[in-house]
Amino acid sequence: MGAQKKGATARVSEDPEELARHPLQAILLADSFTTKFRPITLERPKVLLPLVNIPMINYTLAWLESAGVEEVFVFCCAHSKQVIDYLESSEWSSQPNFSVTTIESHNSISAGDALRLIYERNVIHGDFVLIRGDTVSNMSLTQALQEHKDRRKKDANAIMTMVVKQSKPSPITQQSRLGTDELFMAINPVTKQLLYYEDKAEYSKGFISLDKTLIADNPSVILHNDKQDCYIDICSQEVLSLFTDNFDYQHLRRHFVKGLLVDDIMGYKIFTHEIHSSYAARIDNFRSYDTISKDIIQRWTYPFVPDVLCGSSAIKVERQGTYRASDVTLSRSAQLGSFIFIGQGTKIGNDTKISHSVIGERCTIGSNVTIEGSYIWNNVTIEDGCQLRNAIVCDGVILKSGAVLQPGVILSFKVVVGQQFVVPAYSKVSLLQQPTQQDSDEELEYADSTSGTGELRSDKLNGDIAPDLSETASELGTGGVGYIWKVFEGAYDEEWRHSVAPIPTDKLVKLMLDRDEDEELLTQDGNVISASGELKTDSDGNGSEDDDNEDSRDDYVSFEKEVEATFLRAVHENVKVDLAVLEVNALRLSYNMASVDCGGAIFYSMMKLAVESPHNSASELHRNAADIVTTWQKLLKSFLHDIDEEIEVILKFEEMCLESAKDFAALFPQILHLLYDKEILQEDAILRWADEKEGADESDKVFLKRSEKFIQWLREAEEEEEEDE
Amino acid sequence: MDFQVVVLAGGNSKNLTPLVSKELPKPLLPVANCPVLYYVLHQLEQSNLKDLIVVVEGEDAALLVGAWISGTFIDRLHVEIAAVPEDIGTAGALRAISHHLTAKDILVVSGDLVSDVPPGALAATHRRHDAAVTTMLCSIPVSGPSESGSSGGKDKAKKLGRYNIIGLDPSKQFLLHIATEIEKDARISKRILHAVGQMEMRSDLMDAHMYAFKRSVLQEVLDVKDTFQSLKEDVLPYLVRSQLKSEALLNRTPQGEENGNEKVSSQNNQAFISRILANASTPSFHGIYSKNPDGSSSTRKTHKCCVYIASSSSYCVRLNSIQAFMDINRDVTGDADHLLSPNNIIGPSPKLGTKTTVGPNCRLGEGSEMGDKCQVKRSIIGRHCRIGSHVKVVNSVVMNHVTIGDGCIIQGSVICSNVQLQERVELKDCQVGAGFVVTAGSEYKAESLAKKEK
Repeated sequence: MGAQKKGATARVSEDPEELARHPLQAILLADSFTTKFRPITLERPKVLLPLVNIPMINYTLAWLESAGVEEVFVFCCAHSKQVIDYLESSEWSSQPNFSVTTIESHNSISAGDALRLIYERNVIHGDFVLIRGDTVSNMSLTQALQEHKDRRKKDANAIMTMVVKQSKPSPITQQSRLGTDELFMAINPVTKQLLYYEDKAEYSKGFISLDKTLIADNPSVILHNDKQDCYIDICSQEVLSLFTDNFDYQHLRRHFVKGLLVDDIMGYKIFTHEIHSSYAARIDNFRSYDTISKDIIQRWTYPFVPDVLCGSSAIKVERQGTYRASDVTLSRSAQLGSFIFIGQGTKIGNDTKISHSVIGERCTIGSNVTIEGSYIWNNVTIEDGCQLRNAIVCDGVILKSGAVLQPGVILSFKVVVGQQFVVPAYSKVSLLQQPTQQDSDEELEYADSTSGTGELRSDKLNGDIAPDLSETASELGTGGVGYIWKVFEGAYDEEWRHSVAPIPTDKLVKLMLDRDEDEELLTQDGNVISASGELKTDSDGNGSEDDDNEDSRDDYVSFEKEVEATFLRAVHENVKVDLAVLEVNALRLSYNMASVDCGGAIFYSMMKLAVESPHNSASELHRNAADIVTTWQKLLKSFLHDIDEEIEVILKFEEMCLESAKDFAALFPQILHLLYDKEILQEDAILRWADEKEGADESDKVFLKRSEKFIQWLREAEEEEEEDE
Repeated sequence: MDFQVVVLAGGNSKNLTPLVSKELPKPLLPVANCPVLYYVLHQLEQSNLKDLIVVVEGEDAALLVGAWISGTFIDRLHVEIAAVPEDIGTAGALRAISHHLTAKDILVVSGDLVSDVPPGALAATHRRHDAAVTTMLCSIPVSGPSESGSSGGKDKAKKLGRYNIIGLDPSKQFLLHIATEIEKDARISKRILHAVGQMEMRSDLMDAHMYAFKRSVLQEVLDVKDTFQSLKEDVLPYLVRSQLKSEALLNRTPQGEENGNEKVSSQNNQAFISRILANASTPSFHGIYSKNPDGSSSTRKTHKCCVYIASSSSYCVRLNSIQAFMDINRDVTGDADHLLSPNNIIGPSPKLGTKTTVGPNCRLGEGSEMGDKCQVKRSIIGRHCRIGSHVKVVNSVVMNHVTIGDGCIIQGSVICSNVQLQERVELKDCQVGAGFVVTAGSEYKAESLAKKEK
């Protein structure tokens, strides 16, 4: 301990120098390693998608620059070329005091892979900020960094500081306004240490379980359901090496954070920093895209708002939150509502109504068009009479006259919607066919080979796609081009959760009623069970425990088989006892059994072998058994550490005599004596077994009676001994 | 105040053998020469809560307790004594006397509580929130200053193994979760977390066994849940668990709730939405749940489970183990001597022999006599004890009518009434049951001595 402390203080004294030597670094993951933005992300990386007309990554980079980061490593994988090209051509490549370096990979499938690769590059020299390229924030890092460094001085195990923000999920949908699942965190209110993190809480479970040691170690723990993870982390170098050490860590939260919280061997700690007045949020899905876009338009993210970020290019903010580029051609009769953005070169026709929407550059919008809550990117053509509600429309899309987009529709690049065609709610439309091997989102996230090869596809796309599409023209009405992606069974119900469209009210009402019913069930369950008086405090555990028991019984049977096989192999191949012990121990660990189970299982195998080897009479069988026991007594003995385990063996033997190996029934006392002679069973064990059996049913006492003589003899021997003393 | 107080005085306690006996039921166990029940009754009197029912287990014990109360608190308190069968649990005891309960709110106090927290404060909190149940929480007592010796330290470790897990809302006024079982991992209902947003889990608080109940709620729970045995382990957790969904039990007005819910489909959407919007910023989480689709009548009922957290400087210990008995005796004469009201101080000084010293934090009962060259340190000696010469009593409790022979050394022990210690007995960390005779010259360490039950 003393030595460690010394090391820590030595580090403190070096600290200022270290700071001077190393500029603040950041790792920006320009790949989300998810498929939530498909089909759009098949053609363009997520970080380059426009967020209020500016690629997302710009918000992140601008914030990093303003927060004092000097060196950013942008990790790109999917569509890496697009990201690199974009960064090279952008202003970021030529900033003074702010260097942006790209790290390219073609085979990373997770954040874990990315961090491992960065570790190998050996470019990070101190604390760094870990962030995704889809994060929008305007927080100041100074305080969080300072807290992190101070903690590090005191405790070298404090390797990460997570930024969190107040955000209570909706009590009805149980998701945050960003469309992310509810998050449960336990935080020590004094130290701010993170103790528990659960973002994939099952809806069906009515409770969350905290480890008892967690509560025992911390007199006060605050359990939060009202915080949002901003996905901005201040990490120490160890984080990278931890990812390298634990090569199975993939997801930053699900594996790394939870892994550290559960595994207390290394003693690494994660802390939280709560921001109150500043903004930080990550675009995780279409709903957060919608929410954050609105936040930007309403200037919560100031100074990271379009008019400031675009610099001199002429975007003017007018009253009611209307952002308008200078050369917008607007019909006199067009009605522009509040909170809209209209990009350069866009033309808007007569009597068109637009509200709460973003319209990109060089779009052509006809007359009598209604656009509400939609995101229209660049070069989109919308003909007369179209209606768009809560949709995302990517570059180059053409909506023929009279087309209707119902809420939640996503039109990927260059899709054409035919005349008068109504695109049903929550449809995702792309020129690319849906990848066929799609399972659930969950599994795809890490086994997604297409994210790396998406680039190839888009190249192909630029070539000739026409032949593909001729057949499908009907899918989007006359003259339409594109495939409507199928929604999978089951997933449809959940589609509304992450959609860009607001949750329909009937859905909310339904959820509320559902919840009421659930609650009724829950409370009733609690009541019924506690009323029966079986479990006094924690009644919920009742059902699951029974299941556990059943499981463990099944486990035991297969465990017993495995042990038997191992034992037979040991006998036939003359394996050394030590090795056999090792093997059985390995089995014990893999089946999670106690050593008492091993003793029983080995004994069972031995006796079975004795029965199965040829014998003509009881005495031969006894000899068989004696031989086997003599040879393998060490094996058996090494799993019988105390009396209870020995008693277990006797009970097992009894069971065998009754069931599987009736031949032994007659030999019971002899075998018992044999085990006693070989010092496998102590006399205490036998006597205690006898005592326990004393009170049992008559039928249970068969073997006790048979071995009465032997036990009598033991008892006398014991008494004599006592007298001697 | 319309409060009726139920003091659950208990009777024979297994944890306290051999200190308690038929002649000396637990409520009358002397703490600094004054029955433990006195401390509770005194506090209640101070808070002006004078309408009491004292529930005692067993008829004989009830008679003894009744006699003592009428002797001590005559004209000061209005006390009813109720005898209940043994081993029916705290909830069972309340069920047995349920028909005596008439006031709007019921304060239930454990008779073995030695505390300086005013019960009135709990009652006031209860009234302020109009709660269904209010429970008093106090800091887990740290088992005494180090001077209590090695045994105390060991016991402290044991005690810390048994604590409650208590979930509080951010304002620390509502009880959201309570669990006494530590074996398993704590399970916290998500529903209540959704409602509250954040919950503080505390493991450094102890349920002090002082509760205020709304009478209607209490009676109904006892009535419907006839298997509930313990207030702490059944009734309180049940009320806490069902606090957001209590109409099934506590508001028996069927009024066709289910039908109502089904009808609420499309035309009532508007109302639902207003409710959804209202949820966005409700001041109290109970409010969310008590609101209703149509906003007026209530199909959902919630009840509040409140807490009163005693300040950490207050004294609050339950006499439920021998160690606690030792601790309380030591504290009451030492750090927490304000618990003893002046009129409780013992009258005329006992007779002391020459060169006998009585250290601080001691109490000597009326009519006790001590021989020459005795030493008494941090100990309590009851009434009419005869103590010989050269006797050393340290960290011990000696009850009434005890005879101690010459040259005895008593450390960390409890000597019950009418015990006779012959010459040169040495006791360390022992408990000697009433009427026991310890023969001359014997030595015992950490043993429990009692007469065999006849």
